[in-house]
Amino acid sequence: MIPRSIQDALQKIVGPQHLLTQKEDMLTYSYDAAVLDPVMPAAAVIPENTTQLGEIIALCHENHIPITVRGSGTNLSGGTIPRTSGIVVLTGRMNRIIEINEADMYAVVEPGVVTATLAAEVEKLGLFYPPDPGSMAVSTIGGNVAENAGGLRGLKYGVTKDYVMGLQFFDCQGNYIKTGSRTVKCATGYNITGLMVGSEGTLGVLDQVILKLIPAPKDRQAMVAVYDTIEQASETVAGIISARIVPATLEILDNFTIRAVEDFSKAGLPTDAAALLLIEVDGHPAVVAEEAEQVKALCLKMGARTIDRAKDDAQRDRIWAARRAALSALAQLKPTLVLEDATVPRSKIPDMVRALQDIAKKYRIDIGTFGHAGDGNLHPTILTDRRNKEEFHRVEQAIEEIFDTALAMGGTLSGEHGTGIAKAPFLEKEAGYSSILFSRQLRAALDPRNILNPGKITGV
Amino acid sequence: MAGMKELATLVKELEEQLVTCIRCGMCQSVCPLFEQTRKEADVARGKLALLTGLMDNIFTDPDGVNERLNRCLLCGSCAANCPSGVNVVEIFIKARAILAEYKGLSPAKKLIFRQLLANPGRFDAMVEWAGRFQGLFTKSSADAQGTSCARLISPLLANRHFMPLSTTPFHKTLPEKGFTSTGSGLRAAFFTGCLIDKIFPNVAKASLKVLAHHKVGVIIPPGQGCCGIPALASGDRDSFTHLVDHNLALFEKHDFDVLVTACATCTSTIKKLWPTVYKNPSDNIQQKLTALAEKTMDINQFLVDRVGIDPLKNLSDPAGPDAGTDIVTYHDPCHLKKSLGVADQPRQVISAAGCQLKEMAGSDKCCGMGGSFNIYHYDLSSTIGTIKRENIEKTGCTTVSTGCPACMMQISDMLGKAGSSITVRHPMEIYASRLKKNTP
Repeated sequence: MIPRSIQDALQKIVGPQHLLTQKEDMLTYSYDAAVLDPVMPAAAVIPENTTQLGEIIALCHENHIPITVRGSGTNLSGGTIPRTSGIVVLTGRMNRIIEINEADMYAVVEPGVVTATLAAEVEKLGLFYPPDPGSMAVSTIGGNVAENAGGLRGLKYGVTKDYVMGLQFFDCQGNYIKTGSRTVKCATGYNITGLMVGSEGTLGVLDQVILKLIPAPKDRQAMVAVYDTIEQASETVAGIISARIVPATLEILDNFTIRAVEDFSKAGLPTDAAALLLIEVDGHPAVVAEEAEQVKALCLKMGARTIDRAKDDAQRDRIWAARRAALSALAQLKPTLVLEDATVPRSKIPDMVRALQDIAKKYRIDIGTFGHAGDGNLHPTILTDRRNKEEFHRVEQAIEEIFDTALAMGGTLSGEHGTGIAKAPFLEKEAGYSSILFSRQLRAALDPRNILNPGKITGV
Repeated sequence: MAGMKELATLVKELEEQLVTCIRCGMCQSVCPLFEQTRKEADVARGKLALLTGLMDNIFTDPDGVNERLNRCLLCGSCAANCPSGVNVVEIFIKARAILAEYKGLSPAKKLIFRQLLANPGRFDAMVEWAGRFQGLFTKSSADAQGTSCARLISPLLANRHFMPLSTTPFHKTLPEKGFTSTGSGLRAAFFTGCLIDKIFPNVAKASLKVLAHHKVGVIIPPGQGCCGIPALASGDRDSFTHLVDHNLALFEKHDFDVLVTACATCTSTIKKLWPTVYKNPSDNIQQKLTALAEKTMDINQFLVDRVGIDPLKNLSDPAGPDAGTDIVTYHDPCHLKKSLGVADQPRQVISAAGCQLKEMAGSDKCCGMGGSFNIYHYDLSSTIGTIKRENIEKTGCTTVSTGCPACMMQISDMLGKAGSSITVRHPMEIYASRLKKNTP
């Protein structure tokens, strides 16, 4: 609970309609998409503009009230789960695209803009905003920046951090900070932009984001390769990379996932295949043609049973619909779905795939594996029922082993879902205690009252 | 409150369905209400969390959850796009029933559902009586949609442009013993539905004309009642079940190949809700409901998939009104496209009638009607409806067509208030207008 006087002050800032305190509403802001226990905040506020946002933060600072900012709550690591003594700041009304600059190829947006909305707007102008997280139909740019979201195109086009040119945000006291610029190059001051991306709301509250845009590729070619063993498929991934070809997308689906997708969507996938690779090359038409040939030859050389090219947009759409259906199809099998994103150097994909199969067997659990094989970011997806405590315990053990395996291969706990609450206890394994201490000191200096999304990343 | 524990037990009936939501939040991308308010309690994920909260007995009274649960168009956009396949509409309908049974219906709803709607004869008489006197309180607004508005300032009607009750409901135009015609092949039973009977009898007349033209034998049993959705949406499962019984008894007396309706909502209710929400069905009743649901079809779907229509060739009057000049845009009723997957067939019917079909942006976006949602949340309903109106107007069409009388009411209200000259017609009305008049 927060005192009445503070509720009144918040209400004065945003208006009575945009302050929520009833228990029912609090329940709806107690969770995100991560499989974690819900925590109800004391209040939720929906500011409409920069002024209101700044006033809210100053008020919370003065009164030591924790702040958790929430976009669409699609987070997969618990980054938007609040504190009981804290408030949730919703960005839903701060959803304006302020500028799309065609001449200088950048966009300035508010944090509540939905990723897919921005992507569609820039596409109309022949421009391209590549980061495409799976949740882009609902996820917000603010959330993408805070989590350093990835997507299917990471391999060639990078992730959110590669597109953030500058930011304007509030520090914990409500001071307005500007970092980065609208220019391609910018060498002034600290690279605070880089620090803020992926900081999960622990260092400041975003108000505006300047995003880099690039020209849309002129041509693209999607392909599907079918394999009889998953080793051949994962060796192909490593082979394509070492042949110095960089597809826009290089995705893998294992047999478990193929069967789930086929049951769900009747897309005509070969259910006897051990693995599928879905590949897309893009760019200048001549390059696309040449790379498509090279990829085809490589796949066949590595033992692909067949490789088919999409002949038109409709076929291409069908290929990607199958990939997009993967999570949906798996989600229908059991009540609880734990989507992991431990990531390894891409040459280690064959080893990781093998390790995941062993882990599934060892802990007697169902793991469907699909994901961004081309950038080393697999999504082992564990299907379980959280109400079955015994099984869920095995799931937790399996997750820990997946983490250890990825780290042993020189990988990371999370390619794109963030640390949040879910991975905070494991971070020391990856980075070592001194790195956690450094992060905590940084945080303590910038937010001495620990009001900015406490508990995330550094565990405090 | 001691009873909350009991309520928690009741909600537990839904547990297996509730746990299928993985909280991914994808429903936020399609919910027409969330698009307006951006509040989590307005979207399916939030409501499912609230029901889980009731099940976990964390609230001291059910009112807050009940109120939020009722802020929903039941359009099913979330269910149609749900990665986990959560049966959202069925869950919400059942939850509304559980809450209504726990809390008791309001006296007004009790009067309307139990005394009127669940009693088709009395309901018909009351509506007919009201139809004769409606001119005292409302006036025709002389617009292209044929709507009315309030003569005096009325808090209930506000500035609505609503469709007036027909002076002669459809069932009054039929013989007292019901209507039967013989055809050359398929036999169809026709379920009229309240809105078509009492507000859009022309849709039923047009449907009969079209069925006769295609030589489909038709049976319309007399004394049909409401499909039950208004009662069910308010959680009154008893009145719903009573109405299902009433209608089932009427139709099971007859032999027919398909049950057709020209109302998207009736079709969806008969197919999806009769077999799943009926209160404590015996095995026998369950079998009958499942069998009837399988036989039930939207009239556009029936015409295209079962009867088969040939563009223009089948029309007796290719040069009749609308020929070639009418530009028609089609609105997908949620209860046809999202609930039943019927989207191509009505378009084929419109094209077969020789009209130029021009797609609007977001043709399958909800119009904002949502039955009683329109009554309790008229402002939100209108905001959502205005988006629909603008998308319709941008096509430059002369007519907007849709396969649901409830959508027709909402769209007429939106266009009427904006002073638009676009007419609102059911695909059957468009198709029938190209047939010679000598059919029934």
